[in-house]
Amino acid sequence: MTEAPPLLSMRGIRVAFGPVVANDDVDLQVAAGEIHALLGENGAGKSTLMRVLAGLIVPVAGEVRIDGAVEPLGSPHEAMRLGIGMVHQHFMLVPTLTVAENVCLGLPSTGRFLPDLKAAGRRIRDLASRHSLEIDPDARIADLSVAGRQRVEILKALFRGARILILDEPTAVLTPQETEGLFRILRALAAAGTAIIFISHKLNEVMALTETITVLRQGRVAATLRTADTDARALARLMVGADVRLPTLEDERAAAPHDDGKSNAAARTILAVSGLVCRDADGVARVDGASLEVGAGEIVGLAGVDGNGQQELAEAIVGLRAAEAGRIAISGEDVTRASVARRIALGLAHIPEDRHHTALVEPLAIRDNIALERIGEPPLSRRGWIDRKAVARLAAEVMAAFDIRASGPGQTAGTLSGGNQQKIVLGRALSRDPSLVVAVQPARGLDVGATAFVHRQLLARRAAGAGVLLVSTELDEILALSDRILVVYKGRIVGAMARRDISVERLGLMMAGKAA
Amino acid sequence: MGSMNAILARLPAGLAGSVAAVLAAFLVGAALIAAVGVSPVTAYAALFEAALGSANGLAETLVRTVPLALCGLGIALAFRAGVFNVGAEGQLFVGGAAAGAIGVAGAGLPSIVLLPAMALSAMIAGAAWSGIAAVLKLRFRADELITTIMLNYVAIHLVSFLLHGPLKDPNGALAQTARLTSDGRLPVLLGGTRLHAGILIVLVAAILAHLFLWRRTEGFRLRVVGLNQRAALNAGMNVRRAVLIGFLACGALAGLAGFSEVAGVQRRMIENLSPGYGYTAIIVALLGQTSPFGVVAAAFLFAALQIGATTMESAAGVPSTLTTVIQGLVVLFLIGRDAIPLIGDALARLGDALARLGRKSA
Repeated sequence: MTEAPPLLSMRGIRVAFGPVVANDDVDLQVAAGEIHALLGENGAGKSTLMRVLAGLIVPVAGEVRIDGAVEPLGSPHEAMRLGIGMVHQHFMLVPTLTVAENVCLGLPSTGRFLPDLKAAGRRIRDLASRHSLEIDPDARIADLSVAGRQRVEILKALFRGARILILDEPTAVLTPQETEGLFRILRALAAAGTAIIFISHKLNEVMALTETITVLRQGRVAATLRTADTDARALARLMVGADVRLPTLEDERAAAPHDDGKSNAAARTILAVSGLVCRDADGVARVDGASLEVGAGEIVGLAGVDGNGQQELAEAIVGLRAAEAGRIAISGEDVTRASVARRIALGLAHIPEDRHHTALVEPLAIRDNIALERIGEPPLSRRGWIDRKAVARLAAEVMAAFDIRASGPGQTAGTLSGGNQQKIVLGRALSRDPSLVVAVQPARGLDVGATAFVHRQLLARRAAGAGVLLVSTELDEILALSDRILVVYKGRIVGAMARRDISVERLGLMMAGKAA
Repeated sequence: MGSMNAILARLPAGLAGSVAAVLAAFLVGAALIAAVGVSPVTAYAALFEAALGSANGLAETLVRTVPLALCGLGIALAFRAGVFNVGAEGQLFVGGAAAGAIGVAGAGLPSIVLLPAMALSAMIAGAAWSGIAAVLKLRFRADELITTIMLNYVAIHLVSFLLHGPLKDPNGALAQTARLTSDGRLPVLLGGTRLHAGILIVLVAAILAHLFLWRRTEGFRLRVVGLNQRAALNAGMNVRRAVLIGFLACGALAGLAGFSEVAGVQRRMIENLSPGYGYTAIIVALLGQTSPFGVVAAAFLFAALQIGATTMESAAGVPSTLTTVIQGLVVLFLIGRDAIPLIGDALARLGDALARLGRKSA
């Protein structure tokens, strides 16, 4: 008698996009009731592998077996029929519809023209209580919290009969407490026999939640191991292929003994924001009376769960969004209504969150992107005539100083890797020797090596006396670099903490809007 | 705005795309010619023989190139700024009316004063007309795709009203201005043909546009704004200014086209000054990849098509409207180039499916 085959078995999967091999000879086995982590850096091939499983990509080689039978996964429909469900990082929900309506969307089994929402609601309630998911089928999606919407996505997959549940970076949008809640749900689902594939690059979460880990590196399986037999450090090495440690403020202080973190307290204020209010197109106050200060030579971390107004706040500071009320001053000058150009002239450098649409002009060459902010000044231009040699010189300098790897300064920015793109953004902004750096999610989508580079650059600006406002939803990033941490919740600054007083517990409570 | 970005994003990057689109369009055109029972070779030979094969044919092609190229250059500059200005037709009419009015009023002035005055007033009038759409966009966020096309009708009817009224030749019966004196006409370059100095204006305009786009900071900013407004804003650029420049440059160049038609071809302002140059020029700008010299080349090609069409009809019996079909096909192939790999994919899948079926039945 042979052992029962695993619920899911992928063997020898190979996916190629032109000359680029995204998955090469990848094996993945997941048993019923198992929580399996798929770990890897950006571009390691995690998403590609999961898109194969979801029926969105047909591999050029390899086979997928469900319960031991080879299945020709060619379409999302096929995947659904086989019990494969995916919770995407960006939710696929219609905000104006109710939970029940969203769950039934596209399901002929609930009635093609007049869906029987009452019956569906009963089934949803039943499913939800069975898996202890708190969900009201009649609630509108728009009224739910992010964690609530995520539960709806999970329920949607279960409603469609998912036995294999894929979650793509599910904790990116959650507070630490909400993450714990999600983990409880996933453990319960696994206990009931669901196979769970948990995609992440956060090592501590993978260690806490999963039983088995498959590490992907450059499209291949670097290792498959039991969580109990490994640790975060070994996993990091497997992901990157080498030992990489992210720099912290402590390293910086160790290198500069006179830096005790107090000398900055009396430093000159570089950025002062008071009573700032910004509304979105619907008139909702996204920033609602926020006040903060950043001094010279300090990194101020702005922590908060995604969508609490931190993006809008940063946009208002750099001049991309109009302030309805309040005041913004850079180095003492009121810039609330000033142009972006004026703010740049006062020493502002912006590392935007959205590399592709805000920071870079992707169809343009690297050299043009580097010259973007300075094209009107000598030596890059005189009397409106561009000095191409001067542009080439600046590009060569910045590319060397920031280690931008490309075929040359003429390569278009859009064809570079995320890490190299971010180096252009950093190089352009930081080579101007700015006095204020507003960095929003500066390491988003970067691998560990590139992240370390970005963090070192921010620490270097701090050492050079610049004020740095670091806006991030990654607590690890904030904790590693910040002299002070501010917490934003629903458009307000709800808490402040000096580095020595930091506790993750308190931070988490503040991020959830609970007084701490 | 969104629609135009979608179109621009689909534009192939290089010259190869344009050449391929033209060849594909001619290929389909050949099939259509064959379908009416004529040899495509005969028809195309007749077409190009008429357009390029004689001094007079070539001169006519160049004369036709002038308005297409000037409007195309203007539209290309607007596209580069992210402005989908399809109002060149109206701007051409307004410019032509201004040139005609000044030309008649200034009769007696020496050519060296009169011609520049006519050209300048045509450019100002065209730019001002385009400026209406610019204000509507910048102040009220009105989509220029709609406003410029609507303003075309307003312009054409306004000019028609002027030609029936205040600008009408008092000694004539038709709705047109009085004939320009010889000082108000562009000199003929080649005796015995209609080839006038407008073609030189085209060359100068193309060189200036090229320098502007690639050597001037304003041109750099214009291109950045057209490619990515948000990044331009983030880099401290004045986006509204670049957009305004795009509108005004288009209007001025289309107005100049109106001037050259009035001073070089018609020798007066008439009601039917343009058979749609401003619209054809949109295709010209796209086919020329919005690069100034490319636009001039594309204008020449389309001019040749249009000039050769009538001869092709009389000599080979192929309807001259075929050239309109070819022009349309060029656009389709330019925009649809992305679809080619998709079609390849679909064919490959079909092949796979058939092979699988074959195996099963075997």
